[in-house]
Amino acid sequence: MTEESAAEKVVTVAPGTAPRSRRWVGVATTLIALVLAFLVGAVVMVVSDPNVVSKFAYFFSRPGDALGAAWDKVVLAFGALIRGSLGSWGAVTETTAQATPLICAGLGVGLAFRAGLFNIGGQGQAIWGAIVGAWIGFSLTGVPMALHIPLALICAIAFGAAWGGIAGFLKARTGAHEVISTIMLNHIAGGLLGYFLITPLFQMPGRTDPISPQVEWTAVLPRLAGTRLHVGFLLALLAAFAVWWLLERTTLGFQIRAVGHNPHAAETAGMSVGRVTIVAMSLAGGLAGLAGAQMVLAPTLLTSYPPQLSSGIVGGVGFDAITVALLGRSRPLGIVGAGLLFGAMKAGGLTMSAEAQTPSELTALIQALIVLFVAAPKFVTWLVPALRDRRSARPASAPKSKKEVSA
Amino acid sequence: MKKNLFKLAAVLGASALALTACAEAPPETTTEPSVSDTVAEEPTTEETTTAEETTTETAAATDFKACMVSDSGGFDDKSFNETAYNGLLQARDDLGIETAEIESNAESDFAPNVQAMIGANCNIVVTVGFLLATATEAAAKQNPEVDFAIVDNSSFEGVDNAKGLIFNTAESSFLAGYLAAAMSETGTVGTFGGAKIPTVTIFMDGFAQGVAHHNEVKGTDVNVIGWNAETQDGQFVPGDDPFQNQAGGRDTANTLIAQGADIILPVAGPAGLGGLQAAQASGGKVNAIWVDTDGCISAAEYCSSIITSVYKGMDVAVFEAIQASMAGELTSDPFVGTLENEGTGLSPFNEFEDKVSDELKAELDQLTADIISGDIVITSTAQPK
Repeated sequence: MTEESAAEKVVTVAPGTAPRSRRWVGVATTLIALVLAFLVGAVVMVVSDPNVVSKFAYFFSRPGDALGAAWDKVVLAFGALIRGSLGSWGAVTETTAQATPLICAGLGVGLAFRAGLFNIGGQGQAIWGAIVGAWIGFSLTGVPMALHIPLALICAIAFGAAWGGIAGFLKARTGAHEVISTIMLNHIAGGLLGYFLITPLFQMPGRTDPISPQVEWTAVLPRLAGTRLHVGFLLALLAAFAVWWLLERTTLGFQIRAVGHNPHAAETAGMSVGRVTIVAMSLAGGLAGLAGAQMVLAPTLLTSYPPQLSSGIVGGVGFDAITVALLGRSRPLGIVGAGLLFGAMKAGGLTMSAEAQTPSELTALIQALIVLFVAAPKFVTWLVPALRDRRSARPASAPKSKKEVSA
Repeated sequence: MKKNLFKLAAVLGASALALTACAEAPPETTTEPSVSDTVAEEPTTEETTTAEETTTETAAATDFKACMVSDSGGFDDKSFNETAYNGLLQARDDLGIETAEIESNAESDFAPNVQAMIGANCNIVVTVGFLLATATEAAAKQNPEVDFAIVDNSSFEGVDNAKGLIFNTAESSFLAGYLAAAMSETGTVGTFGGAKIPTVTIFMDGFAQGVAHHNEVKGTDVNVIGWNAETQDGQFVPGDDPFQNQAGGRDTANTLIAQGADIILPVAGPAGLGGLQAAQASGGKVNAIWVDTDGCISAAEYCSSIITSVYKGMDVAVFEAIQASMAGELTSDPFVGTLENEGTGLSPFNEFEDKVSDELKAELDQLTADIISGDIVITSTAQPK
C-alpha cells in the first residue's frame, strides 16, 4: 500500500490526503481541458475558413448566415473527426494503428519522467528504431516470418535503448543535463538517417533520392485482413503492462520511483542513482525504438506494405510522445488512454482535412491545447470555480501542484 | 459561480463582434425570381427564411468531386504543387465542381492521404509527384470506380483508371540554358536542385545542354556550376526537408554567386525562393530563371530578378484530366507535355522584355522549332520515355 500511495504522489496533479476527490478533480480537469481545446479548435476552424469569415463581414445585417455557416462548418468537421476515428471498424483500427507508436514512445517518456528525467530524446531513439527495424526488414531475405519480425523488433529496441542509454550515461557520469544531451542526440540521429539513406547500404536501387527499398513481406507486422489492426498494437498494450509491472511490482521500479521522487534520499538509502538513471534512460530508449520500428513495419491499408524509410519517416513521434506522457500523467494506463485519444485525433484528423477541408495543422493545435490546459490546471480551475472550491479547501495542495507540472 | 467563464466568453464575443465589420449583406441569390434583391438592408425580420434558402442554393451545380493530394512542400510552394493545384482551382471555377485537397508532409503521409481522399468520395484523385506513385497505383487498382491522375509519373501498366501526366522539361530548360548563356556577363551560370530526383535533374540536364549548345554555336565559354550532366551530380539544398528549406536555398544560391554565377536556375520548390532572395539582394547583378510556373505571377515580389520561367503546364494537364474524367473519357494514355504541344516552354520575359534582344528571341524561336523537328536532340536521361 505504501508503494501505491507513493506512486500516486508522483503522478497526480494535487497530492493531498483524500485520493478519491483528488482523482475526481484530476479527471474533471482533463475533461474540461479537452472541451476547452475543442472549443478553441472550433473557433480557429471558423476563423480559418474564408467562406465562413466572409459571412461574418455582414454579421449585423444578417447574423443567421454567419452563425449558420459557422455551425455547419464545426458540425461537419467534428463529425468527420469522429467518423474517421470511431465511425467504422476500419476507422477504429486506423485509430489503434496511429496510437501504437504513440503509446510505445509515450511509455518511454513517461518511464523517464518517473525517474525524474525529462526525456526529449524519444525522437532520436525512435529514429534509431526505424533505421534498424527497416534495415533488417529489407536487407535480410528468405528468413521465416517467425524469426524476421522478432529480430527486427529486438534489434530496433536494442539500438533505441543504446541511444537513450548514452544520455543516461552522460547524466550519471558527467552530470550533463539529459534535456540538452537528448536534444542534441535527436539531431545526430536525424543527420545519420539522412546520411545512411544516400549510402548504397540503404538507398533503393534505381532511385537517386534518399529512400530505402521496400521491406520484405516476412518483416511486415501481421494484421487483421482489410484493417490496420496489427500485432504492434498488441505489443504496445503488452509494453504498457510490462512498464506498469516494472514500476509497481519490482525492486528496480521502486528504485526508479524513489530516484524520481528524491535522488538525494534515494542515494542516502543506498541506491545507486547513476545506475538507475542509465537503466531508466535505456528502457525509455528501448520503448521509443520499438515505436520507431512499428512505424516502418506496420502495413498501410492501401499498399499492404509499410512506408519506405525516408528522412521524415518518424514524423514527430518523439515530441508527440511527450504530450502523450503528460496527458497520461506518466502512468501506463493513462498513457494508453492518451495514446488512443491522440491516435484517434490523427486518424480522424485526416478525414477531417479530407472532408471538411480544415487546415492539416488543426488536430496538432487541438492536441497542443489539450496538453497546455492539462499542464496549467490553475487556468482551468480559474475558469471553472467548482473545481477550485474543492481544492482551496486543502490549502496544502497548491504549492505542491506546481512541482508536479514542472516534473 | 461560473463568473470567470462568462467573463472570458463575453470578452471573446465582444472582440469578435468588434472585429467583424458591419458590411452590407450581399443580395440574396435565390432561385425564385419573385424575391426582391433589395431586401438586403432591411432589419432582421426575414432573416430566418432567407438563410435557409441560401444553404440550399449553394449546392453545387454538379455533384462531381475532384480531389488532390500534394507532395511534401504544400500547395503554397509558388512552384510545383501550386501549379498543379491551380488546375484544380480552375476546374472548380470553370466546371462548377466540388473540390478537396490534402497536404502531405512526409513519405508516410502519402498512402493515408490518398486513402482519406477515397474515403471522401472523390470521383477523381490527382496526386502530385512521382513519390506518390506506389500509393496511387495501389489505390487505382483497389478502386476501379475512381479515376486517378498522377503528375510526373507515367501511367501504370495494366491500370485503366489512372492517367500519368508527364512533362519533358528538358526541352524548355534547354532554351533557358541557351538564354542564360547569352545573357551572362560573368561567363558563369549556376543551378541547384531540391533533391536528386529525375523530375528535378531533368531541368538541370536541359539547362546544362542549352549552355553547351550556346558555347558550341557561338564560340563562347560559359561555365555551368551546380550541375554536371556527365557525372549526374551537383549542388542540392541541404537538410531533412530540403524543398522546404528556404534558408538552405539562399545559402546554396549564395555559394553559386560567390563562384561567379550571375544567372541561377533554382529547381527546388519553396527552397528556390531562397535563390530568388539571394538574386534580389545582389541589386541587379544576379538574376534568376524560375521553374514550374511564371514566377512573376506566383512570386511577384521577385519579378524584377526573374528573367523568365521554365513553365511546366501542370495546371492545364490537371484541368484537362478532370474534364475528361467528368465526361467519363479518362484514359490511361499518359499526357506528355512538350514544346510542341506547349505543355512546357518559356514564360514571358516580363520586366526583361527589353533586356533580351530581338535577335536572341528569334534564336530561341528557331531553337524551339529545331527541338520540335528533332534537329536538336535532347540528351537528358531523365526524360520521360
